[in-house]
Parts: sequence; C-alpha cells; structure tokens
Amino acid sequence: MPVKRPEKTTMPTREAGERAHTFAEVNEGYSVAHASFEAERCLRCQDPVCVSACPVQIPIPDFIHAVAAGDMAGAARILRSANPLPAICGRVCPQELQCEGSCSMGGRWKPVAIGHLERFVADWERSQPITTRPAITRSERIAVIGAGPSGLVCAGELARHGYGVTVYEALHAPGGVLRYGIPEFRLPKAVLDWEIAMLESAGVEFQCNIIIGRTITLDDLIAKHGFAAVFIGTGAGLPQFLGIPGENLNGVYSANEFLTRINLMRAYDPEADTPVHVGRRVAVIGSGNTAMDAVRTSLRMGAEEAMIVYRRSEKEMSARVEEYQHAKEEGIDFHWLTSPLEILDDGDGWVSGLRCQRMELGAPDASGRARPVPIPGSEFVLAVDNVILAIGTTPNPLLTRTTSGLAVTEHGCLLADERTGLTSKPLVFAGGDAVTGAATVILAAGAGKRAARAIVEALATRTLVTRLPS
Amino acid sequence: MTRILEARPLTPVTKFFRLDAPLIAASAQPGQFVMLRAREGGERIPITIADYDRETGTVVIVVQEVGATTRRVCALEAGEEILDVAGPLGSPIELPAGGHLCGVGGGFGTASLLCLMRERRASGGRTTAIVGARTKDLLILLDDLASLCDAVEVCTDDGSAGFRGFVTQRLAQLIAGDGPGRPDHVVAIGPMAMMRAVAETTRGHRVKTLVSMDPLMVDGTGMCGGCRVMVAGKPRFACVDGPCFDAHDVDFDVAMRRNKAYVRQEHAALERLACASGRD
Ligand SMILES: Cc1cc2nc3c(=O)[nH]c(=O)nc-3n(C[C@H](O)[C@H](O)[C@H](O)COP(=O)(O)OP(=O)(O)OC[C@H]3O[C@@H](n4cnc5c(N)ncnc54)[C@H](O)[C@@H]3O)c2cc1C
Ligand SMILES: Cc1cc2nc3c(=O)[nH]c(=O)nc-3n(C[C@H](O)[C@H](O)[C@H](O)COP(=O)(O)OP(=O)(O)OC[C@H]3O[C@@H](n4cnc5c(N)ncnc54)[C@H](O)[C@@H]3O)c2cc1C
Ligand code: FES
Repeated sequence: MPVKRPEKTTMPTREAGERAHTFAEVNEGYSVAHASFEAERCLRCQDPVCVSACPVQIPIPDFIHAVAAGDMAGAARILRSANPLPAICGRVCPQELQCEGSCSMGGRWKPVAIGHLERFVADWERSQPITTRPAITRSERIAVIGAGPSGLVCAGELARHGYGVTVYEALHAPGGVLRYGIPEFRLPKAVLDWEIAMLESAGVEFQCNIIIGRTITLDDLIAKHGFAAVFIGTGAGLPQFLGIPGENLNGVYSANEFLTRINLMRAYDPEADTPVHVGRRVAVIGSGNTAMDAVRTSLRMGAEEAMIVYRRSEKEMSARVEEYQHAKEEGIDFHWLTSPLEILDDGDGWVSGLRCQRMELGAPDASGRARPVPIPGSEFVLAVDNVILAIGTTPNPLLTRTTSGLAVTEHGCLLADERTGLTSKPLVFAGGDAVTGAATVILAAGAGKRAARAIVEALATRTLVTRLPS
Repeated sequence: MTRILEARPLTPVTKFFRLDAPLIAASAQPGQFVMLRAREGGERIPITIADYDRETGTVVIVVQEVGATTRRVCALEAGEEILDVAGPLGSPIELPAGGHLCGVGGGFGTASLLCLMRERRASGGRTTAIVGARTKDLLILLDDLASLCDAVEVCTDDGSAGFRGFVTQRLAQLIAGDGPGRPDHVVAIGPMAMMRAVAETTRGHRVKTLVSMDPLMVDGTGMCGGCRVMVAGKPRFACVDGPCFDAHDVDFDVAMRRNKAYVRQEHAALERLACASGRD
C-alpha cells in the first residue's frame, strides 16, 4: 500500500557555498534507502496521468513499484524499454512540466520525485557490469549524422534490431549538447561516456571529425558509402545575437562559445590550451537552461558576481525549476523585466558595462506571453566585464545548404513527418532540434526512437510507409 | 589520427605538411580549411587547405608558428600523426568564370594560393600571383606557384628579390596596366594588415576583391559564433559563411581587435610549452 507523505524525499545536494566554486555534480543522488522511501509514495493510479505526460511514455508506476519492491534490475529494464537515456533524462528533463507536473498527488501535496527515482535506477544500472551484447545480424548499414541525444538513441535502437550503424560527428567527441553545452555539475561526462561505451559494445561505430555535407555529402552516404538509410540529428546549434551596439567587443560570448570553451575544450583546466575570459562581473542575457548553465558556470570560473538579465518576469522563465532554485542558492542575481540596449566599451575594445532599460508587462503577444513594454526614462547601467548571450539557437544551415532536395521550413528547420521522421528525401529521416528547433533532450530522444522504428519498418517492407505531406 | 606523409620547413617559422587524408582530399575546394588538434587537451585551430590531390588522397597544409598549438604541430615530422584533422570546412571561393585573377599572398597565405591558382587555370582563367615577404629567405613555394600561374610577381620589403616594396604597391601598378596587366578579380590571403591594405588598394577601381578572414574559431561548424566578422554591417560567421568575404565590405577594425582577445593567455600557454619542452 502507498504510504501517505506530503513531502518529496529531499535529494542530497552539495552545500551551495561550496559547490558554487567547483564543477562537481550538485545533486548527489538518492541512496537505496532514500529511493525505497520515496517509491512508497506512488499511488499506483489506475490510469496514470504521469505516463501520458511523459514524451516517451515511460511506464512510471511500474518502474517505481519495482524500486519499492527492491527489484532494481527490473526497474532498470522497464525504464530502458521506454527511455534509452534514463541517467541523462533523470538529470536534465523538465519533470515539473511533464511527469511530475501531472502527478495525481500534485496540487495539495508534492508530486512523487519521479526524476530523482529515474536517475537513481539508471545510476544503479551503471554500477553493474554490462551484460547484453547484441550482435549485428543484418546486412544493411545505417548512417546517423550527429551524436547528440537524437542520434545516440536512433543508433541504439537500430543496433538493437541488428543493424550495423555508423554515427558521424563533426566535433572530436560524441554527445552533442550533452558534451559541449550542459556542464559537468549537472551532467557528469562519465554518465555520457558510459552511454557511448554501451552503444559501442552493441556494435555502433563512431566516426568523429567528419562533417556531413563537407567531408562526405549526404547523398554520397547512400550512393557511394553504401548506407541503406540515413538519420539526421544535427541539432540547432547556431546562436542568435541581439543586434545591439557593442556585441563585437571582446568579452562578449554566445553561451555556446562560452560553454564549449569550458565543457568541450576544458578551459577550466590549467593544462588545457583553450583560453576563456571570465571577469569579475558577468551578465548573462536570457532565462532558459542555457542561460542558467552559463551564469552558474561563470561563478565556478571565478566571477565574483554573476547575474541574469531577462526582459520578461520570473513567471515567463523557461529554465528547469530545480536549476533556477540551485542558481538562487548559489547567489546568482536576477534582473527581471530588464532589457539590454547596448554593451559599453572600456575604451580598449573590452566590455565595461551593459546599458539596460526596465520593462513592464503589457498585453499578450503572438507567443501568448505578456509582451514586455519599455518604461520610459528607466535606463541604467550594470557594470560588468562579460556579457554572455543565451537568447536561443536555430538549426545550423551547413547540411541543408550542401544537400539538394532537403526541404526546410521558413525558420530553417528540417521538414519531417511527425510520426516517422521521414524528410523530403527517400530513405533520409530526421529528428531532434534540427526538426523542432531548440527543444529538450527527451523530445530529441523520442524522435530518434520513432525514426529508428520507421527505418526498420521501411527496410523490412522495402517501402516508405509514409510520405512527407506536401 | 591523421598521418603526416611529408614534412619540411619552408622558412624558420613555417612548415609544409602533406597529410594522408583521403576523405578531405576527395571533397576539398579552394578557400576551405581544416580544424586540427595537436594533442588531448589542445586547442582546435583552423588551417587553410593549401592544396589537395584527389588521386593520392593527400592534403597539403602550411603552418606558421605563432603560439603553442602551431609550435606543437611544427615540431611533428613525417611518419608522425596529428590527433584530429576535421574538414574541409568553410565555403569554397566563388568567382565569376574567366578573366584575370590576381592572387595576393603574404606569409603562410601564399600557400593557400596553390589550389586556387591550379583550379582557376584549369577552368581557363588567366592567373597571376603576387607574393611578398620582408626579405628573400622568407618567400615560400615560388617554384610551385611558377608552375601553376601565368605570372608570379615577387615583392620584398628590402629589395633582396623582385620588386622592392609591398605587394599592394605592385598590385596598384598592375591595376594601372603594368606587367601582367589589370586584374578582373583579386583574392588576398595573408596577415590582416596586408588584406586590409589590399582592400584599400582595389577600392574605387571596380576590381572585385575577396579576402580570407582568420578570426578565432572554436568549432568551425557554425555553432559558437566566436568567428563572427562584420561584413556590410552584419555579423557573418567566417567558418560557414566565409572565410572569404568581399574585402570592401569587411570591418577590419573590429576583426583585428577581436583577434587580440587572448594575447595574455596565449603568452602564458607559450611559456608553459617552453618550460615543458625545455626550449627557448
Ligand atoms: C546549455 C544547454 C543546456 C540545456 N539544458 C537542457 C536541459 O536541462 N534539459 C533538456 O531537456 N534540454 C536541455 N537543453 C536542450 C537539449 O540539449 C537539446 O534539445 C538536445 O541536445 C537536442 O538534441 P539533438 O540530438 O537534436 O542535437 P544536439 O545535441 O545539438 O547534437 C547535434 C550533434 O550533431 C553534430 N552535427 C551537426 N551538424 C553536423 C554535420 N553536418 N555532420 C556531422 N555532425 C554534425 C553536432 O556537432 C552535435 O554533436 C540544453 C541545451 C543547451 C545548449
Ligand atoms: C580560416 C583560417 C585559416 C587559417 N589558415 C592558416 C594556415 O594555413 N596556416 C597557418 O599557419 N595559420 C593559419 N591560420 C591561423 C591559425 O589558425 C592561427 O595561427 C592559430 O590558431 C594560432 O594558434 P596557436 O595556438 O599556435 O597560437 P595562439 O597561442 O592561439 O596565438 C598566438 C598569437 O597569434 C594570434 N592569433 C591567434 N589566432 C590567430 C588567427 N586566426 N590569425 C592570426 N593570428 C592569430 C594571437 O592573437 C596571438 O598573438 C588560419 C586561421 C583561420 C581562421
Ligand atoms: S567557429 Fe564557431 S561558429 Fe564559427
């Protein structure tokens, strides 16, 4: 029987004052005792709404039930049957908007800590030896472009079906945003490395330093390299800029450049060669996960003050609630309803400040959110040494520019059938941020899985089951 | 890992490398570059593809020692390997067909003219290379260029070989009709100051001029935005939109300032390297 307790079992975390200066993971994970205690809270609803609120429909009550019964191996099996990246999703999914957001216990009581439990089970699995080693049983090989979550999941699913898979990655290491974007203190690289080792043990081959569209064209993958089908998971890595004066000053970064220098190129390590500049005061513009990662990373890189500047209010913020809470605990300043107008020059080509204007919320705009309206005469200057822009990204046009017949939307996103991922080219499928624009890890993973299923079906039946709606 | 098939110094600070890179050789075009890493924990640095041979699957790069990574690369010899070489990156140079192309090269930029001139000549255009250096001993690849171009114009600051003076002075003479004659297009590849001077030389003469910008880069695939260059008032990413841009639209002031962002850290990296290797 479920045990009635209004509160979530607290996730042990590193103390805020200490962790704000190290890259060690903030959340320390549940112990077996924590996990069983929390698992007992699940009501095991007849018609579990949490499952339908999960983008990949994890049988949530079932895996939690297994945890409560002490059957971790069973829990791991259930989880992985629906979500191939549980250790990652348990750490980075916006649970408050998905499973936990619709938990029947929510409202008066705190929802079951589904994310923490997912992470616990996946971490338990990672401590066990790898046992399953599926073999390649089919003659066709499939190419996956991009080693982000969508590509990794698609490759894993295809390998499970016995296909040989080659993943091509433009950078020197696989992982996509999981490696170059999300910092170590939220997602340790060891977790990602383990997932990649699992794929390799299942026969997936990784070819890094290959840029499809440049090193090999997409068409040649099929025509010359003999692949039977292709999955495109190239993400949405192209950063946007504000177009305000001063954006080319030294000390202004896109969040992608800042985080890549640190996460992928290890700029925090004195032995590594890639430099990064972090001054005493850092302003990050934006309020999504990327902005939170950049601002908390600034603190860890030695900034004395790090702040968020966002033109709407706290209510419109799009970051995971947990990251926002952690950021507040770590001492990040938040300037809500503040819009940047100009980045100021110290006279030597470096950033010396950010001229801003206060805003108030007006009537809803096209996005349905309240429109920020400038308050006349409210301009002021924040003295800062760095400005980091985290205002969004769009799909990188490199592949579409170099491939004929690959249809895109007006926003540069690849056109793909929602159910199968089929693009405008036969035997070429796509998913993840390249199709949706910047979204989430779980949506990318789900798209990779759906496309894998469609590829298996297309190759088995020798037909393209669906066509892209014209 | 990419194997080095041939390595030889061209000057005390530049070295020629022929790499075994069949996939890159198969698709490379003039104007493109590679990103390379010399060691684990090392920087990703962009280096122009100077030449390529699709038959043998080889690619030529010429590297000039300026900081820690280029020094590490220049210390490598034939038979050794470079950790990562990714490419070709960037958009190939696009020029209208025919006409007289004048390629202006300075420093390691001279090497980048090799494949451009070969392709141009193969497509029927007339080619002249203007190459310059401070002094005769610093000129590189003259014989290779001579075999690929209709004319090679050599300039040295001290007059030790060819024309005494800057490449831009010689270019001005060509525009005025001297020697191999007025160019229809100019492509300048070399130090930023030289490219800016070339832009000023051709401005107002209705000579289409391209320059190959070399901003700091991290990924080379359009993901970080660090390589942005202001062209006609708009930010363009040199790694995907370039690296070649219309010289008359480029804001060189911004570009030159941005390239100095890490001078302090780069000196520190060089010192670390010197300590580690016992050099200097
Ligand atoms: C800083 C940051 C924090 C985030 N935090 C969260 C979070 O907490 N929770 C969450 O759910 N989501 C988060 N996101 C979003 C999430 O990471 C993305 O939605 C997800 O990674 C998209 O996956 P993808 O597979 O589509 O592409 P990506 O992860 O972008 O991977 C694409 C890969 O393809 C490679 N590639 C691109 N072009 C080519 C080519 N032509 N040839 C070969 N390879 C190529 C790229 O190098 C890259 O490795 C965050 C994003 C960022 C930037
Ligand atoms: C598209 C492109 C093509 C290039 N082609 C070549 C080439 O064919 N051969 C070659 O030798 N070099 C080339 N470069 C320049 C080369 O990338 C830099 O010299 C290299 O990154 C320096 O790395 P480092 O670690 O050795 O020196 P660092 O320690 O990074 O820098 C040392 C000094 O060089 C300056 N510097 C850094 N980066 C550049 C740059 N991109 N351009 C000019 N100065 C710089 C720094 O300001 C510093 O003063 C190219 C650059 C670009 C962007
Ligand atoms: S080098 Fe990163 S966008 Fe060009």
